[in-house]
Amino acid sequence: MLIKKPDSIKSSEITSHSDYLRRRDFLKKGLYAFAGLGLSGIAEALVKAPGKNPAIANLADAGFSVDEDLTPYDLVTSYNNYYEFGTGKSDPVENSQAFESRPWHVVVEGECEEPGEIDIEDILSGITQEERIYRLRCVEAWSMVVPWVGFPLATLLKRFKPTARAKYVAFETLHDAERMPGQKRAVLDWPYREGLRIDEAMHPLTILATGLYGELLPNQSGAPLRLVSPWKYGFKSIKGIVRIRFTEEQPQATWNMNNPREYGFYSNVNPRVEHPRWSQKYHRVIGGGIFSSKVKTEMFNGYADEVASLYTGMDLRKHF
Amino acid sequence: MRTAAIKLLLFLLCLLPFLHLLWDAFNGNLGANPVEALTHRSGDWTLRMLLITLAVTPLRRTTGFSLLRHRRMLGLFSFFYATVHLTIYVWIDQVFLWDEIVADIIKRPYITVGFTALMILLPLAVTSTRGMQRRLGKRWKSLHKGAYIAAALACLHFLWLTRADTLEPYIYIAVSTVLMLLRLKREQILGFFRR
Repeated sequence: MLIKKPDSIKSSEITSHSDYLRRRDFLKKGLYAFAGLGLSGIAEALVKAPGKNPAIANLADAGFSVDEDLTPYDLVTSYNNYYEFGTGKSDPVENSQAFESRPWHVVVEGECEEPGEIDIEDILSGITQEERIYRLRCVEAWSMVVPWVGFPLATLLKRFKPTARAKYVAFETLHDAERMPGQKRAVLDWPYREGLRIDEAMHPLTILATGLYGELLPNQSGAPLRLVSPWKYGFKSIKGIVRIRFTEEQPQATWNMNNPREYGFYSNVNPRVEHPRWSQKYHRVIGGGIFSSKVKTEMFNGYADEVASLYTGMDLRKHF
Repeated sequence: MRTAAIKLLLFLLCLLPFLHLLWDAFNGNLGANPVEALTHRSGDWTLRMLLITLAVTPLRRTTGFSLLRHRRMLGLFSFFYATVHLTIYVWIDQVFLWDEIVADIIKRPYITVGFTALMILLPLAVTSTRGMQRRLGKRWKSLHKGAYIAAALACLHFLWLTRADTLEPYIYIAVSTVLMLLRLKREQILGFFRR
């Protein structure tokens, strides 16, 4: 059990947005000097953070990046699947502005030695947050590139000392129709549930995100805490997490419960396994404009080198 | 003269969603996924125009208000939006990937029924002229009952492409069902229950 700290981030600890912009400016100049004219879109896009949310201090660059350009901040935060705030793509940004993501507690339970309830500030204290630029591939055949801020899920899970019986990790989103108006309609079986196998959960690519573009997560993106597993379809990356449970059996997952023929438990990005209603061979890059053509989807969303070994010997057509 | 004015007004009203779509496209107002927005909005207006067309007769019967003179135009607008919808799919969405398009039409039930609906609307549009109406005589009427089948398939197309929130397609299904029931003659309905 961890002791709660009442204070949220002190304003003195928060890097001002102008400083943050200068940091990137410095980086940009450095890149210019280093790479001549080979300036990528990354530094360009990062400076476009609008300063809408507090910046996150002392970010470490863990060296996770991709070659593709970042999706602009306004697109990342205005085109969301977060049915808790409505089923339209622009519903989450419109309906989540009044949502209070502090104070926030996460219950950790199940097959672990030290279950308990932990405050979001306790989760963050003593953790160095990192910037992780990841591809995001939605099961609906579109994609983004998002500069997340977060930390490895494993770092948090280990604090609760999972036992040998912990074969899976289950997650749940807040279930409170007063705060999440989309839950007033039974579009999905609330609360939203997701799960990972323990080795997937402990994998260094799997993070809990608390921010994007160097700032705290906006509500529509899953504030204050969401999962990001970049080699899986986006719906696996559960938002607004309030419960984490170590289990021996494979846990329930909302879309899998909703339509097991279409959404498997694993839901790894796989161009060779079609969604029954549409192809997964190509996807559209958000931000590309009207006349941009679709691009080919890579196995494990381009993270095969890192994660393919998790599935050695498994028939991924069966375990889709 | 009054009829001509109403016709012009109706024409502009029916064209408005298309102009709005063009305006939004040129001004970058289509959001994060403009291709999806173009596809959805042209599809929505195909179905809406089709249901408006099918509402002409029931409206006249129940309220006496008649748009019968303009029904052809309303129907042709539905076909126009369907054509825009298909063009966006082939050109902007699939970018002429014919293999993918053919595979979609064969393999994806929602695209199969949507494409079938358009194939039903095509001969209706072609035979919508007064000359064709005269030449086909009685057969014209039965042929153009195909509009109901097209509407049913278009609803199915919408329902089957929806992931979880089926409220909107079911609203269209409810409206289509009511329109179809209103169109049937009382005796036909009674006859159905007597069987």
